[in-house]
Amino acid sequence: MNFRLILNIAVHLLRARLKQTVVAAVGVTFGIAMFITLVSFMNGMNDLLDGLMLNRTPHVRLYNEIKPSEEQPISLSEKYKNNTNFISSIKPKDRGKAIYNSQVIIKNLKADSRVIDVAPKITEPVFFNSGTIEISGVINGVDVAAEENLFQLSDYIVEGKISDLKQNNSIIIGKGLADKMLLIPGDIIKITSAKGNLASLKIVGISQVGIADIDDKTSYTSLNTAQKLMGESTNYVTDIQVKLFDITTAPALAKEFKTKFDLDTIDYQTTNSQFETGSTIRSIISYAVGIVLLIVAGFGIYNILNMMIFEKMDSIAILKATGFSGSDVKWIFISLSLIIGITGGVFGLFFGYIFSSIIDALPFNTASLPTVKTYPINYNPIFYVIGISFALLTTAVAGLFPALKASKVDPVEIIRGK
Amino acid sequence: MSNKVLETKGLSKYFYDPIKFQVLKEISMSVNHGEFVSIVGKSGCGKSTLLYLLSTMDTEYEGELFIHEELITGKSDKELAVIRNEKIGFVFQFHYLLSEYNVLKNVMLPGMKLGKLSDAEIEHNAMEHLKTLDMEDQALKMPNQLSGGQKQRVAIARALINNPLIIMGDEPTGNLDKKNSDMVFDIFNQLTKEHNQTLLIVTHDHDFANRTNRIVTMEDGKII
Ligand SMILES: Nc1ncnc2c1ncn2[C@@H]1O[C@H](COP(=O)(O)OP(=O)(O)O)[C@@H](O)[C@H]1O
Ligand SMILES: [Mg+2]
Repeated sequence: MNFRLILNIAVHLLRARLKQTVVAAVGVTFGIAMFITLVSFMNGMNDLLDGLMLNRTPHVRLYNEIKPSEEQPISLSEKYKNNTNFISSIKPKDRGKAIYNSQVIIKNLKADSRVIDVAPKITEPVFFNSGTIEISGVINGVDVAAEENLFQLSDYIVEGKISDLKQNNSIIIGKGLADKMLLIPGDIIKITSAKGNLASLKIVGISQVGIADIDDKTSYTSLNTAQKLMGESTNYVTDIQVKLFDITTAPALAKEFKTKFDLDTIDYQTTNSQFETGSTIRSIISYAVGIVLLIVAGFGIYNILNMMIFEKMDSIAILKATGFSGSDVKWIFISLSLIIGITGGVFGLFFGYIFSSIIDALPFNTASLPTVKTYPINYNPIFYVIGISFALLTTAVAGLFPALKASKVDPVEIIRGK
Repeated sequence: MSNKVLETKGLSKYFYDPIKFQVLKEISMSVNHGEFVSIVGKSGCGKSTLLYLLSTMDTEYEGELFIHEELITGKSDKELAVIRNEKIGFVFQFHYLLSEYNVLKNVMLPGMKLGKLSDAEIEHNAMEHLKTLDMEDQALKMPNQLSGGQKQRVAIARALINNPLIIMGDEPTGNLDKKNSDMVFDIFNQLTKEHNQTLLIVTHDHDFANRTNRIVTMEDGKII
């Protein structure tokens, strides 16, 4: 088959109906542009929210949960071994929240090739005292360098510097807390631990993560300061936070670490399951809208080709009479459709990119996301590949039926009709 | 190679709409190389129907059709398209030029489909044919800028482009006045005389028919 000739005929037929061709192509352009814009924006949004969580949530967290012993004394007894034992009023055993042997575990995890880095942490409930009032909250003792490396803590420090935490007895408090207690950096805050230890810490910064629940309660200090406040040794750690190279392996690794270190573990996916659902729904919506627009564009192409075939019956008849086969004629009309699809699609990608860039430049200021200045856009090339594939697929399908119809035109019927 | 360009054996055709009726009845005929044959007969006797069968465009018939001793009956759509392209040239009553292409491209198109020569060679041949038809200065015009007689001459040039075994015409002068009819006849006559071109032309113009080598007369779907 001579594709150059077939393409040449297709182009000539299109040129004769330039206006309709342009309208059909614009339909495709519109569909693809909207699809690209929507998907890029929705995915940008997903990334932003994912990042919000990912940046703050360890992929795997190791800790000690307060819970009753799984092995109650009676199960050790030979005598009642075959009985079903009912035990009431079990109390959890106080093993303390401290992770035993934390240094060894951290060393071990750091050596693991699947792990990016490890950050130890102390989380303790405390009371913040201001005059006569007491506000309950949480103090996070963090390894400043590791925490910054894994969770970009400095993104959420709106006043002061994270490195100031390295000074002895310094603290960074949440914005909500600071507002309530009318504190500013440089002030001294009094803190009472759950065990009754008292300490005065100097405020060196204010943090804001954008979630009121966190900003009203949370404060950060160094591991050392937290250990001193608790009256514990320098081995005292309540959480070990792990970041992995491949987040999808988190549930499996959480299980592995649980048995290996005999600790409780929780993975990112479990912590954020409801969050995933939101992301998925946003993706589905953007794909659905894109596909619907393209189907509409497809009907446009279908109509135009049908019209063209109706008008060009004579031409089809003479092409067949002079030696073009049914399949040649079919390919002429499929090429017509694909030309519309490709030009419309390429322009669609172009405009999709332009629209995305415009959205990307629009200011988007929200108190909850201090580091975000403009609307988020994800420029993943795969969206463009999907977009052009969609365009080709819909136009090919839309063109196929008219093309088959054209290939079946009986030249005798047309010529006899004159 | 035999002298028979075209041969039919017992061609019959029926139409079923609105009632079954036999248009062509056991037609057996042949056309020799270099002959200028005309088919005449009353309107409605089946001349066009016969020509459509011979041209391989209509494949629903009984009997056998041979072109150059080769059995054509039963070949696929693709094979028939190739045969039409290579071996048969058509001239219809209506010109059927493609309005998207200029005169020259219209003439070239079947040659480009055949693809045996380069575009430049095809263009050269097309210009030669247009020249013999006295149309070379119209080569770059669009079909809608031509008169009826000129269009028909372009259609003849297009029929000639692949040096076909046979040229078939279905009342090619039916739409033309006397002067243009004569001109078309002269062209056909010149083609047989000078290029030994085989021609099979349906006509109801007896003047035209009388000047051909052989007249085939049809009546009620039969050759008499
Ligand atoms: N598609 C068709 N269906 C039914 N009858 C037809 C059809 N085409 C032609 N006929 C009939 O077949 C007969 C022969 O037609 P045609 O070959 O066109 O005659 P001619 O060309 O000799 O004038 C006519 O009676 C015509 O009415
Ligand atoms: Mg007729």
